[in-house]
Amino acid sequence: MTWSTLGLAASTLLASAVEFVEAFTIVLAMGLTRGWRSAIAGTVSALAVLCGVAAFSGYALINWFPKSSLQLVVGSLLLVFGLQWLRKAILRSSGLKALHDEDETFRELTDTGRQGGAGTRAGLDWLGFVVSFKGVLLEGLEVIFIVITFGTSAHSMPTAVAGAAVGGAIVLAAGILLHRPLARVPENTIKFAVGLLLSTFGTFWAVEGLGVFAAGSKSMEWPGGEAALLGVLAAWCVISWLAVRLLAPYGTRREAAVGA
Amino acid sequence: MRYVAGFFRFWWDFIVGDDWKIAAGVACVLTAGALLVAYSSLSDTVVTLLAGAGIVAVATTAIVRDALASRRPG
Repeated sequence: MTWSTLGLAASTLLASAVEFVEAFTIVLAMGLTRGWRSAIAGTVSALAVLCGVAAFSGYALINWFPKSSLQLVVGSLLLVFGLQWLRKAILRSSGLKALHDEDETFRELTDTGRQGGAGTRAGLDWLGFVVSFKGVLLEGLEVIFIVITFGTSAHSMPTAVAGAAVGGAIVLAAGILLHRPLARVPENTIKFAVGLLLSTFGTFWAVEGLGVFAAGSKSMEWPGGEAALLGVLAAWCVISWLAVRLLAPYGTRREAAVGA
Repeated sequence: MRYVAGFFRFWWDFIVGDDWKIAAGVACVLTAGALLVAYSSLSDTVVTLLAGAGIVAVATTAIVRDALASRRPG
């Protein structure tokens, strides 16, 4: 198993686990306040849509794009997407942005569920159905995006799918066992780690994909081949650590002011 | 028309997110890298290292500047 494959499996597992935790919180809140029938119907409908999206986009990416342009397009999207995660994680770690609180999200959702009207369509509680559907669809799209970009760029879709499936299974099992929001999941730490991995692989593949502009359109070669991934990852780790250190005093000041 | 705009807004929010400057910086670096690949005789090693360093630099600058700017009063 190569570094690339290991990183791929770890990234998809962690990224999907975070997204599944958020989707689980939404479905749990709707299930408890609006009834399980509509919450599960919303979840199943969203999963059906996600399967269609995954099948179409996976087929289109694999069959319609040559390798180097695929690396460039997918790597760039992955990089920009990963940098979003890294940015939020740096701001949260330095105290400039509030940490994501799964319990608070759950409380807000259950309040919404309790205060919502009792509209019914097709025999389903409509609020419970729509909120569950939208929650699972949005979080699931993020998982699909990560799985497709990682899977196609690393030419190992089964590894990417397996990583995401294991992440989902772990969250689902823990959620069913505990029957409450998974608030103890260290979400910011995981998002930080995934942001670092997404940015690392995105940088690696986007730069390799620049080879599409060379004569012959052959992918660029990083010095050291795949081992360069470790160097890129180290660079992102050091830079992120320095950014958190630089920004931390500003975050502390804000919290002190708010506390006062 | 509203649905088309909504569709593109969704994907913009989904991929680019809160800080468009990161995406713009990455696009600039990759464009510069593409020009180097197409019109210079630099080796793969030099281009990959330059492009990689450029991406790290523009993204870090965008994140730190945005964070610091948001902390300034007014």
